[in-house]
Amino acid sequence: MRGLDLSYFLRRIGMFFLVVFVAATFNFFIPRLAPGNPIGAINSRMAGASSGVENGKAMFDAYRQRFGLDQPLYVQYAKYLWNAVHLDFGQSLAAYPADVMDIIRPAIGWSLGLIGVSVLITFAFGVTIGALLAWKGTPGMVRAVLPITMVGGVLPYYLLGMLLLYVFAFSTRLFPMSGAYDSSIPSQLSWPYIGSVLSHALLPALSIVLTSMGAFALTMRGLMVNTIGEDYMLLADAKGLPKRRILWWYAVRNAIPPQLTHLAIAMGYVVSGAILVEIVFSYPGLGYQLWQSIVNSDYTVIQAITLVLAVSVGLSVLIIDLIYPRLDPRVTYVAETSG
Amino acid sequence: MSTATLPRTGSFNPVASVRGILLPVLNFFRENRLFTAGVVLLLALLLFGLIGLQLVSPKASDMGAVPLNLRPSAQHPLGTDGLGRDMFAVMVISIPSTFKIGFLAGAVGVAIGATIGLFSGYYRGAADTIFSSFADVMLVIPALAILITISAYVRVVTVELMALIVGLLSWPLAARVIRSQTLSLRERLFVQVAKLSGENDFEIITRQILPNLTAYLAASFVGAVSGAILASVGLEVLGLGPQNVPTIGRSLFYAFKYAALFKGQWWWWGPPVVTLAIIFTGLFWISLSLDKYANPRLKGSARG
Repeated sequence: MRGLDLSYFLRRIGMFFLVVFVAATFNFFIPRLAPGNPIGAINSRMAGASSGVENGKAMFDAYRQRFGLDQPLYVQYAKYLWNAVHLDFGQSLAAYPADVMDIIRPAIGWSLGLIGVSVLITFAFGVTIGALLAWKGTPGMVRAVLPITMVGGVLPYYLLGMLLLYVFAFSTRLFPMSGAYDSSIPSQLSWPYIGSVLSHALLPALSIVLTSMGAFALTMRGLMVNTIGEDYMLLADAKGLPKRRILWWYAVRNAIPPQLTHLAIAMGYVVSGAILVEIVFSYPGLGYQLWQSIVNSDYTVIQAITLVLAVSVGLSVLIIDLIYPRLDPRVTYVAETSG
Repeated sequence: MSTATLPRTGSFNPVASVRGILLPVLNFFRENRLFTAGVVLLLALLLFGLIGLQLVSPKASDMGAVPLNLRPSAQHPLGTDGLGRDMFAVMVISIPSTFKIGFLAGAVGVAIGATIGLFSGYYRGAADTIFSSFADVMLVIPALAILITISAYVRVVTVELMALIVGLLSWPLAARVIRSQTLSLRERLFVQVAKLSGENDFEIITRQILPNLTAYLAASFVGAVSGAILASVGLEVLGLGPQNVPTIGRSLFYAFKYAALFKGQWWWWGPPVVTLAIIFTGLFWISLSLDKYANPRLKGSARG
């Protein structure tokens, strides 16, 4: 590819693995360094569960062996990393012996759908609003109305979520208050089912879109102002190209790529925010599952979810980084210095 | 610019020297309406909390201190929640502690971030590569995920511990901003001159480079405070916040847990929501007005 060398790709991919590694390491050591030794607490919990049972002691030892808690720390660490790579997070403590992965797999789907769609909508709206704000040809009426879309940006996602929930679900009953689909409709690919999924997702998605749109619009406006000052814009105008074409094909198109970097940076915030939005709406994604695991002190599930969250943010940043040079051939990454 | 006249030599004029310091500050506030509005908003809220503290007995925020689920009345201006706590007492007690967490965590984060940014930007080399890569990695990992893991195990008990944990995770952004500015400042002429006139590295960093970063430090601090309040309230909403004092987020946690939203008990979740909205609006205005200094490119964008 133009202006690219192998080392750019290697560096990005290396960065991704570093993110995964650091996140996994945090995940492994935090419980073991925490005061009060929660691993000990898990031990005693298991001991408690096995006491009063015939052969309780043997069962307890089997548990310890099963979770590898009788081995030295570095062996546990290596095993943990090895298992994490294989998406094996062990078994849930609260719903033993259910597999952690089986618990969080459906949650990943719901979260992915909710966050993915919200981010795409946010990006599209943010780019459009920012572009129209910077564009001189925008009608005064539109320009006056647009800043209202940024008001939501002040609030954290979940606060707006609570307000939306109160107004549109509790007071007016226009939308369902919790869950991801209507359980009375069989979950198969039918119109009523799709409709119920969409109506359940609308308010949570709206709270993410309305709160994060403003920031995208602001940076887009800044990027547009820079682009509008370029010589080729003057040339396009002098050529007599239609204004609409200049706006979308000359200005917006050139201002979008750097906006992707902003998206990469924002992913972490969006995911963090979505965790709380899911709790507000009892939306059965990773965030809601996480909350339930915290309430139940289900440490293995907590660990798995936080790792999955970190990895998915790292992965989305990696994807953006990899497609970025394809979208913006002006950028060369040969001999790029970090920073 | 200040128009204060210099005091005459030999006679110290306190009025003039106070004006010398005060006038530029006043001018700054006058020129940055948004900044002033944000500060006023936050101070008003803090004042509300501090005055309210004198009016209520802290006991009223204990569980079971008052009858459950009362609508707002003269006796309980914001009603009572399902745990038997007077919401007015809960709010006035949680407001100052929320600010405390924000400021402590912001200070910790910016202090660490600025130190790392200054030194790694100035000295470059292997340490810089390691610190920058680590900061980049930390920026990708959602801080809330790590905070949740920590708090799930540590079960944070005090406001100070909470602030420390949040602060320890909020340094990467400040480090990156300060580092990139240091990288450019170290090549400037005045730094070269200082070097030639015999200042050592530490003096150059603290006396030449640091003073030029005031705007960036201020912007980073506001950002860090805002992020810290956001993160800590988020943790509190998850039920992972300080346990020894009532907090704004914890009120929301209870409101979720006891489904106040679905029972129409707006006075239970309303006050925390409004308080948080005020806090974040104030912080947003301040950071927006500081952006202009930390990000000079934006200056022209107003003409749009």
